[in-house]
Amino acid sequence: MPKETRISPLIETGWKRYLSIYGALCQNSIMRDMQFKVNFVLWLIVELLWFGLQISFISVIYSHTDHIGSWSRYEVIFLIGAANFIQQLFHAVFLNNITQLSEHIRTGRLDFMLLLPVNPRFLVSLRTMDLGSYVSTLAAIAVMVYAGIQLELQPGIIHFVGFAMMSVCGVMIHYSLMLILASISFWTIKAEGFAWGYYNLFNVARLPDAAFKGGFKAFFTFAIPMLLVANMPTKFFIQKLQSPMEILSLIMMAGACLLASEIMWRFAIKHYTSASS
Amino acid sequence: MIKFWNEWSKYGHVINIGIQNTLAYRMNFLFRAVFTLIPLLANILLWKTIFSDKAEGDMIGAYNLSQMVSYYLLILIVNSMTAVNEDDWQIAADIRNGVISQFLLKPMDYLAFRFSLFLANRLIYILVATIPVGLFLLWQRNYWTAPVSMEALMLSILSLSLTGLLQFLISFTMALLAFWVLEVATFIFILYAFEYIAGGHLFPLDLLPTWLETLLYWTPFPYLLSFPVLIYLGRVEGQAMWNGIIVQTVWLVIAFLTARFVWNRGIRSYTAVGG
Repeated sequence: MPKETRISPLIETGWKRYLSIYGALCQNSIMRDMQFKVNFVLWLIVELLWFGLQISFISVIYSHTDHIGSWSRYEVIFLIGAANFIQQLFHAVFLNNITQLSEHIRTGRLDFMLLLPVNPRFLVSLRTMDLGSYVSTLAAIAVMVYAGIQLELQPGIIHFVGFAMMSVCGVMIHYSLMLILASISFWTIKAEGFAWGYYNLFNVARLPDAAFKGGFKAFFTFAIPMLLVANMPTKFFIQKLQSPMEILSLIMMAGACLLASEIMWRFAIKHYTSASS
Repeated sequence: MIKFWNEWSKYGHVINIGIQNTLAYRMNFLFRAVFTLIPLLANILLWKTIFSDKAEGDMIGAYNLSQMVSYYLLILIVNSMTAVNEDDWQIAADIRNGVISQFLLKPMDYLAFRFSLFLANRLIYILVATIPVGLFLLWQRNYWTAPVSMEALMLSILSLSLTGLLQFLISFTMALLAFWVLEVATFIFILYAFEYIAGGHLFPLDLLPTWLETLLYWTPFPYLLSFPVLIYLGRVEGQAMWNGIIVQTVWLVIAFLTARFVWNRGIRSYTAVGG
């Protein structure tokens, strides 16, 4: 049988099929972004501005003290870079899709998505890709490189690989928690506020864990693991980890969050009765 | 005289309708109020850690721990009472969807109409936020500091109301950009970023180098948030306090005139798409 050079995504099976669907979705998103070039650039400016603002906050604090807990100035700047890097990756891949979930439910578009021959969670999570956020990660990388030079780090391959893998765990935590929050919109239609609320959690993710103790630290480590998302990759990269248990806690919590979001998602879909029609 | 009362009762009705509409969002407001407390608490704890490493009685930029925590608590109160949350998006949407066409026909001023809705919105937000914010303040009560004087308290309340007016007028004007551009969100976020840092949301402005602080007091940003707090805490006193109130009032007048001007220009270029 002659082999087709281009296989239609509908015939292809398994992960290859999903990969080619995702490729098409990404292409779509880029084409749409490029239609509004000015807006694209303006959003980049907005992101840069907010990023600069976080760094200036830390600079102001360090103009009055030389350490927060055990963290020095450039360690915290590296942390802010890492937190922003992870946040931007999350934006690029997931964020817009998940904030639109309540809109899909309200307009009945979700019904249509459920009928398509793909996994609905895949479609809800990955339908659009945000190119601007990928560009924004460059600024975060630049800040990490700068802070790394100031700290005179000499990272090996293992540090880069470890940092990348732990960043993926961080993105998964953001994604799972946000999906859990957005799933609430299956029951209350006006749920835009929930997605907005999540923005406040990013503020916790970029602060050094040593600044917190007691209930606050426990809550944001084991209930809403914001203090793991960026702190652990950073501590691994700048060799500040106290024990390997800290890496394990990140991986475990990322797994737990994913599992919780899957349970929540299935429960929500099972109890979904269309909003319109 | 009768005409005057008719005007008032007209906007009174708008406030009434606004309250009823806003009540539908009460859970959203509650959620928002609770989530706002998280970064605030994180900042407070961050400062506590920094202070705990200093010697007893050490100051950071003329703040001791109680004053620093009080600062953030007061910022929370001012922000809850004066911040615009949905109004600007709604105004932009009204323009985009052609809803404002009806205001060109009705004997109702759009700015006054929007201000009435803003009042209704804030009223409900304050009512809803009282519970979580109140509990939070009660929890942190040990760090609470009293106003430095009766005069400071009165003037900070005056400045607070000016802050609310200024917040509204600036957001209103920013939203009117929708007459010319498709997406106003980027502009609003850029302004919001400046307000967040130069308005004193992240940290008290007197932690900055003096030249920068002095410069900022000529911009509208401190008067959008932290100025009433600085009066309350006695960070600005005497002549400087009165000067600040004057600068705030001047910015308010400028903002009002700009809002009117931009509205008039906008209406001229308005083509009622979809209206």
